[in-house]
Amino acid sequence: MPPVDAEPRYLLKLFVAGSSTRTGHAINNLRRICDDEFPGGYELVVIDVVEQPAIAEEKKILALPTLIKESPLPARRIIGDFSDKEKVLAGLGLAAH
Amino acid sequence: MFTHVPNYPQIEKIETGITGFDLISSGGLPKGRTTLVSGTAGSAKTVFAVQFLAEGIKRSGDAGIFVTFEESPADIRRNVKSLGWDLEVWEAEGKWLFVDASPDPGQDQVEAGRYDLGALLARIEYAVAKIGATRLSMDSLGAVFAQFRDAALVRSELFRISAILRQLKVTSLMTSERTQEYGEIARFGVEEFVADNVVILRNVLEDEKRRRTMEILKYRGTSHQKGEFPFTIVSGRGVLAIPLSAMELKQKSSNVRITSGNKELDAMCGGGFFRDSIILVSGATGTGKTLITTEFLKGGADKGERCLLFAFEESREQLFRNADGWGSNFEELEESGLLKVVCAYPESASLEDHLIEMKDIIEHFKPNRIAVDSFSALERVATPKGFREFVISLTSFIKHQEVAGLFTATTPSLMGGTSVTESHISTLTDSIILLRYVEMNGSMRRCLTVLKMRGSLHDKDILEFNIDGGGMHLGEPFRHVTGILAGNPRETPYGIPAI
Repeated sequence: MPPVDAEPRYLLKLFVAGSSTRTGHAINNLRRICDDEFPGGYELVVIDVVEQPAIAEEKKILALPTLIKESPLPARRIIGDFSDKEKVLAGLGLAAH
Repeated sequence: MFTHVPNYPQIEKIETGITGFDLISSGGLPKGRTTLVSGTAGSAKTVFAVQFLAEGIKRSGDAGIFVTFEESPADIRRNVKSLGWDLEVWEAEGKWLFVDASPDPGQDQVEAGRYDLGALLARIEYAVAKIGATRLSMDSLGAVFAQFRDAALVRSELFRISAILRQLKVTSLMTSERTQEYGEIARFGVEEFVADNVVILRNVLEDEKRRRTMEILKYRGTSHQKGEFPFTIVSGRGVLAIPLSAMELKQKSSNVRITSGNKELDAMCGGGFFRDSIILVSGATGTGKTLITTEFLKGGADKGERCLLFAFEESREQLFRNADGWGSNFEELEESGLLKVVCAYPESASLEDHLIEMKDIIEHFKPNRIAVDSFSALERVATPKGFREFVISLTSFIKHQEVAGLFTATTPSLMGGTSVTESHISTLTDSIILLRYVEMNGSMRRCLTVLKMRGSLHDKDILEFNIDGGGMHLGEPFRHVTGILAGNPRETPYGIPAI
């Protein structure tokens, strides 16, 4: 049982194409930020749009990588390789430190 | 036969099915290539893009992908219903698939680092494979640039998409915005990456009248007609372009003579009009143009020919009453099926719409003779340029049908003078008949002369004529009068030749 006063758990969906170095780079950047910022933990689901184009269609994804923060609400979208930490935090609705 | 074909790799084209466009583009859009269709707001880009897919489905069952960056699929489905396209039916049949890239209101995204449009590409590839599409429309590129900050990146990604579509052998059309009717090709420099083929749609305000035209600006490595061609949008059919120079003058000159409906006029013309010729009857109001038209139709119907009249000046009742007064019963002729009278107010539609309707009626009725009374009435609803194009287009269409066409033109002044219609049409006509008033000894008299009769001898006299219950009767020539055509008749003494 998680403690009642725990930080909210983040559900993040990351859309990428294949397993290029660029994709790996983006995933690493994102994990580094999340590990620092989400002491309550987070769940990162990586979706390959080449393998699952129907999901990309349903979510109306155009750019890669695209990150959707599905919970907690409101849902937010960030595109790019997450090299700009400030913007990632702003995109997630967290004030930069 | 001319069989020498240069040994170049020919760019294959696919017929779009958009009426007139295939003629202007000498066969349609370059197959497997991307064509940019650029236009200002309201220039019918979306209609064009939808129609390209719709015609593919209707004509050959070609499946098509519609990538929308601007309107939602629901909006597009609703908007094109009135044009006769039920997208939901085609979607259910697997012939039409939307790739919905329209922006979600309230869904803003943050850009945090480098990105590309790989997901859009993956969705397009998936959609193409899913229904086996061979056509694709993207509408409109300006909206993609609005969704992303990096315009250079969007440009290069669109280039990548069009390159992959080419590999997939999908013929594509992308629309883009322009800010001016005559200015840069498209916003955001998009023409640079699909520069091979560019079509411009215009919607110009000219003399308080809207005039739509399309122009093929570039068609790399393949032929097309040059210049602007008028088009219109018709409910149930979509975009209809009106090619002018695209109509080749292949009319066969026939030596078969047909009656003008008046024996004396036939004699003046050397035995009647030629079967496939264009005859212009010009004169001031009341000189007898409608009478000559009536006799022309009656003469044809009496010989069992199918006759069609487009009347833009008088109502049906007036026309029928007049015809009755000259001994022609139009009612009986219509009942027999040999005559069809179509009355319309010139102001009821744009000239392009009139033209399309007239062509439709001609194609359905298949007449042997066509009369338009009068051409001049249509001048009111168009710009001079638009009118000229109308005249050229209608006359060449009629010549293609290989039937006789008789048009009337009203001269603005009672005595002499020419009409604008005349100057537009005279070179296209095979015969010109002038009707004039002559003021003589305190009375107005009417005269007729055959000014031109291509390919035949004709009587050059200026004859006086009378009108009674039996129609028109030609009389004696005005041998002692000069200056009739100039509108300044003067009597000359007998025996002295007129100078």
